[in-house]
Amino acid sequence: MTLSIMKQGRWTPFLYLLPALVIMFIFIIYPMANTFVLSFMDKTGTQSAAVDCMPGEPCWGVLENYRYALTSSDMLTALRNNASWLLLMVPGTVLAGLFFAVLADRVRYEALAKSIIFMPMAISFIGAGIIWRFVFALESGGGQQIGILNAIIVGLGGQPVAWLSTPAINNYALMVVGVWLWSGFCMTILSAAIKAVPTEILEAARVDGANEWDVFIQIMLPMIMPTIVVVTTTMVINVLKIFDIVYVMTGGNFGTEVIANRMFNLIVTDTGRSMAIAIILVLLTVPIMIFNMVRFRQQEAMR
Amino acid sequence: MKPFSSINRVLSRLPENLAIIFMCVVWIIPTLGLLVTSFRTSEAVRTSGWWTALSPKQAASSAEYTTYCASCHGSDGKGVASVDLSNPAVLDKYPRTNRLLAMLRQPVNGEAHVKNPPLPEKAADALAIMTPIQEHLQTLGSGSQESVWSGLTLRNYADAVVGYKGTQDYLTDCEQKNPSALAKFKCDLTDVFNPEGMGSALINTLFVAIPSTFFPILIAAFAAYAFSWMDFKGRQWLFALLVGLQIIPLQMTLVPIARMYASLGMQGTFVGIWLFHTGFGLPYAIYLMRNFLGSLPREIFESAYLDGANHFSAFTRLALPLSIPAIGSLAIFQFLWIWNDFLIAKIFLSNNPVLTVQITNLIDPRGGNWHIMTGAAFLSFIVPMTVFFLFQKSFVRGLLAGSVKG
Repeated sequence: MTLSIMKQGRWTPFLYLLPALVIMFIFIIYPMANTFVLSFMDKTGTQSAAVDCMPGEPCWGVLENYRYALTSSDMLTALRNNASWLLLMVPGTVLAGLFFAVLADRVRYEALAKSIIFMPMAISFIGAGIIWRFVFALESGGGQQIGILNAIIVGLGGQPVAWLSTPAINNYALMVVGVWLWSGFCMTILSAAIKAVPTEILEAARVDGANEWDVFIQIMLPMIMPTIVVVTTTMVINVLKIFDIVYVMTGGNFGTEVIANRMFNLIVTDTGRSMAIAIILVLLTVPIMIFNMVRFRQQEAMR
Repeated sequence: MKPFSSINRVLSRLPENLAIIFMCVVWIIPTLGLLVTSFRTSEAVRTSGWWTALSPKQAASSAEYTTYCASCHGSDGKGVASVDLSNPAVLDKYPRTNRLLAMLRQPVNGEAHVKNPPLPEKAADALAIMTPIQEHLQTLGSGSQESVWSGLTLRNYADAVVGYKGTQDYLTDCEQKNPSALAKFKCDLTDVFNPEGMGSALINTLFVAIPSTFFPILIAAFAAYAFSWMDFKGRQWLFALLVGLQIIPLQMTLVPIARMYASLGMQGTFVGIWLFHTGFGLPYAIYLMRNFLGSLPREIFESAYLDGANHFSAFTRLALPLSIPAIGSLAIFQFLWIWNDFLIAKIFLSNNPVLTVQITNLIDPRGGNWHIMTGAAFLSFIVPMTVFFLFQKSFVRGLLAGSVKG
């Protein structure tokens, strides 16, 4: 396919591209390279990371920051937390979004209902954090519970729960916030895919005696599968980068730290380690980046 | 059989309607709680759940009134008992004397109920229990029905706007000319711009968000035009790279850019944050614009070229006006993203805090200032929620273009 209809100078396209390329080079490409270099440097980013090695303790030489990023207990906690965020929040948001998109498609107040689920996407993670800190609030002094969750539990005769500072449950509490925030995103995209499924096909199946569940599983689901894949990969990226929710809800305390928070906490005190963590984070996204690029090339080929 | 079939349809649809309504309620309750709380007095926020603010107080305390007070004061609360309350023998007859006395020490309708009654030891506990009754009596005395709205206040918003963290609220302290308030505040309109408040943060946010929305779109439009309607070596390859760049976590670039800014003296400047947002907004902006421009019919460009248009006039007179919908989606998307950004603003502009950063500055780790936090949070929601509800269609379109067409 030839694109240019009009004759153009050899350098004209680059004149149009230049501002974008220069800015992206300065703000994305160069910093990435610089981050990579810094990840082999010490706390202040001035000499090799090997100087941080302690005699008699394990040391990876110039890769010392990576030893920290891959084996230290702080980072293992963060990696484990990110893994459980991935395992629970990605399916949680996609399933909640799918569930709601399918149901809302069948009622008349669809637009209103979808706005309500989508609304959290419009506000900041910080604001959402405040909203949910208040939901999880705990009054331990014997006064009335002002957090609605604990008020319900006490109302049912239970003991109030310290949702955000009890290590066994606080990560799940944060994930609830994540699901609340991101389900609307998944719902919106899945809903558009559902609308694109031709109604004739669904009607034909119904006429043939298929019940709603069969129609959904055997016809709709396969047809929207590509979109589900897109939503899932996008959510994987979002969850890998998750930061603000944890920052504002627990500050990463009580065993809730994730990769991005660990990285943020070390930015000032230990640049080398912080940058090594950033590299780990970007390496985790590489498979998805490649997946997206391949998918993009396939779609371009079909255009 | 028609009526039955329609009833049948309603019934068969019932579970899904219930499920939708249930999910909507669950989704909206957290935000509703914040909204209601932001209008409640700090005292009310501390002592009772926000949901109690929605039920009239009268109903809450009339039962207590009947139990403890009606025997002396009558059902309308207007009877005055001719009894010597300082006589222990009288008080012993009442099982709730302690609480009663504690309450009586509190003023009713601006006057002392009883002057200096003997106050038992556990008076403090008693006081807490009697508070609703006292409130009820005050209502009766003033002869007005207490409405749901009477307990609500806008003072939290005043506190949040000026960033006031005193023991009382800003307006009260200013009225009373409290020295703690006067030390940092002028108690006039200039306080709105106090750097620790949400007012100045709002201005900072606008000053960050508007240029950071404008620049990337402008630059992206040029690049997207080249990607769509020009032919050059490496076009496919460059664009695929762009698709990849979209998901680079911005954490990757924070430190090198912070260092670069420090050496250039740009740390904490608005220009610095505009450029950063421009750099990070570009891949997605170019991608979306290119998808849109590339889908325009090529005939219109062909005829323009035949009529003697060059690339620049085709770009400014054809491509830009035609891509208004895409630009709209993109602008809303980028604007909301910047408005809600915390990390970049925290690192590059902490001396001029934007709304999200200012909210975290207002957080009291002990959780004692919910009333201000809720007000502050809601102030930060006003603009994005308005934009969102006004331009929901464009926003959704941007979202879909970015992640599905991809």
